[in-house]
Amino acid sequence: MIRTFIAAFATLLCAASATAQAPAPVNDAAIMAARPPAVLSAYRLFRDAGARDANARVTPYDLNTALYSDGALKFRYVYVPAGAQAQYSHEGVFEFPVGTVLVKTFAFAEDMRRPTENVRFIETRLLIRRADGWVALPYVWNAEQTEARLSVIGADVAVTFTNEEGQAIALDWAVPNVNQCSGCHARNGELSPIGPSARNLNRDFAYASGEDNQIGHWNRMGVLSPLPASASPRVPNAYDTSARLADRARAYLDVNCAHCHNPAGPAHTSGLDLSWSQDDPSRWGVLKRPVAAGRASAGFEFAIEPGHPERSILVHRMASDDPGVMMPELGRTLIDERGVALMREWIAGMDGEGRTD
Amino acid sequence: MRLIAAAAAILVMVGVADARTWRIRPGPEAEQALQTALIEARPGDTVRLGRGRFELSSGLSLNVDRVTIRGEGQERSILSFDNQRRGAEGLLVTSDRVVLRDFAVENARGDAIKVRDCDYITFQGVRAEWTRGPNPDNGAYGLYPVNCTNVLIRDSIARGASDAGIYVGQSRNIIVRDNLAEFNVAGIEIENSYNADVFGNTATNNTGGILVFDLPGLPQQGGHSVRVFDNEIVGNNTPNFAPPGNIVASVPAGTGVLIMANRDVHVFDNEIGEHGTANVLVTSYRAEFQDPNYNPLARNIMIRDNRFGRVGFAPAGDLAAIGQIGLPAMPDVIWDGATLYSSGGTPRSESVRIVVRDNRSERAPNGVFLSLGLNVAGSPFTEAAPSMDFPPLLDLAEPDEVEIDD
Repeated sequence: MIRTFIAAFATLLCAASATAQAPAPVNDAAIMAARPPAVLSAYRLFRDAGARDANARVTPYDLNTALYSDGALKFRYVYVPAGAQAQYSHEGVFEFPVGTVLVKTFAFAEDMRRPTENVRFIETRLLIRRADGWVALPYVWNAEQTEARLSVIGADVAVTFTNEEGQAIALDWAVPNVNQCSGCHARNGELSPIGPSARNLNRDFAYASGEDNQIGHWNRMGVLSPLPASASPRVPNAYDTSARLADRARAYLDVNCAHCHNPAGPAHTSGLDLSWSQDDPSRWGVLKRPVAAGRASAGFEFAIEPGHPERSILVHRMASDDPGVMMPELGRTLIDERGVALMREWIAGMDGEGRTD
Repeated sequence: MRLIAAAAAILVMVGVADARTWRIRPGPEAEQALQTALIEARPGDTVRLGRGRFELSSGLSLNVDRVTIRGEGQERSILSFDNQRRGAEGLLVTSDRVVLRDFAVENARGDAIKVRDCDYITFQGVRAEWTRGPNPDNGAYGLYPVNCTNVLIRDSIARGASDAGIYVGQSRNIIVRDNLAEFNVAGIEIENSYNADVFGNTATNNTGGILVFDLPGLPQQGGHSVRVFDNEIVGNNTPNFAPPGNIVASVPAGTGVLIMANRDVHVFDNEIGEHGTANVLVTSYRAEFQDPNYNPLARNIMIRDNRFGRVGFAPAGDLAAIGQIGLPAMPDVIWDGATLYSSGGTPRSESVRIVVRDNRSERAPNGVFLSLGLNVAGSPFTEAAPSMDFPPLLDLAEPDEVEIDD
């Protein structure tokens, strides 16, 4: 009701304005401002106060496999300034031009069994590409859902919803502070996006103009450089049971863990590399002994002990919500039961070398 | 609104040129105020912690170069994580030229203070402690720089860590001096690191006093050039309380100094005694490994001019059987004897020089030495061929003194 009213009000405002024929474009000056705007609306990434209606050049996207964040809904958009292009590569995240904004809104539906109804936004995180690198800016939504304000030191937001199993859930959602952002979004010590890689973007999306492959669509829109002749790599949806189990498990680890556990990531000192591209099972944990796990090892000898998920430290840490044990260290308060089940199934079926099928 | 209030509470800045001082006092706003200061500090700033207990629910983090966090003393300014709900450590530092001094971190759920990927980090007069004493549910590391260059840890205290109280991992150019490490599994541990001077420390009531380790499968390995001298390493007999699976869980209770893998480690002029198992243990890495670049042997090890006290009265762990083989005297220095190892099925050998000389003990002029004669790294103890003959006296070049410029 409120939202409808606001939308109507916004329409009225536009109609009343002399320059209303085309809505004002995204505010590039706000994006590049040394001191970031205090409110999300200043960027004009959306046409409405509730941030449902993306502005021109602000393109929604989805990922094949997404990071688990207490089961939150996520709405992602990319904005590349006019005249600029992201550089495509098969491996890793695309190289985005200065002025790019990656937008991700975290939200819960009142009842997650009906994820399109009564959706409440919690926070909208912006990753902005500046000349000297990326910055991460979390904007926290107000109770009225009319504005989101910058909170560089994070915030706690009480969230209640009914989950997909029909259970009532109440949790303290932790909006990360800017340091915590770089706890995940860091490569070689520099802030970096995680999601938009070829392999994770390579899927269809239902655009207003019709269904289209996201990479092809970005390219045709002019925001992505020419594509190589060879086909783009693709990770499966971790829960698509028509895909190979090992691929699903590795896709899960790639998205949920490899942002830290890669040779250039914050967890490089562990020696564990959970990247999709890592071929050596001992590097992704098979019969790998813990280094600095402390009590998080729970007395088990290996990150992954083939055939024994119940003795694998990787599963144990995913299945914990103790801050001194759990993995990932940040970004969730609940246990991703589906993810844990996937790891268990995968490890249970491994041969002694860590291979399946 | 809460954010604005927090900001107002701390913008008490004393300008000296560009550097500012943020003053934080304990209280309900302190957590937000402190984390805000750590985010908004500019290079050169100092964050001053007032006297008292700061109750923290989330791990703190600092990612700004040249910031000093300074309290009123390691018993007076206490960051308490008794009620920590988030974060894998008490304080995480990821920036260069940071100085931490005169405060304490208590009861972090994971590690107390972790410093990662930094150049120049100083801990001075800091205390990291789990106040309930040894307990397997304590966090792993107290003071924990990893992948850092130019590490100085001095006049600090670490107690209760379920792995190592002071742990320097995968780092370069390190000084650990004049600290107290007690009631940890490992008091002080230098792991996969290059060029470390460890001196003037007291390590007591740990499971193992001072450890110099090298492990396979890590980005930095081949640990070397470590000098352990002028330390008091006494009475480290606390039963091992490390969670099994961690490498330190294999440290026998009653170990003074333990050198595993590594090369060019010199242990001299220390007071080492009152150890149930051994005053000094020198061993290869005994577990299986796949890493083709790893050398599991301890080599070029000098043990000289130490004063050895009572030893061998309660051998523990893998060495428990030593008490039963009828040695004429319990050894101060035990070496596994490994000079061969297998890497990916290929046998490799290396000239391994272990020198034990000029030590003093009340029981034998040069202390008592035992080689287990396990020539191949990791071979079972049942294959031991013990010998108490001292290895040949050779000259081993001592690693250069570590210097950290200011």
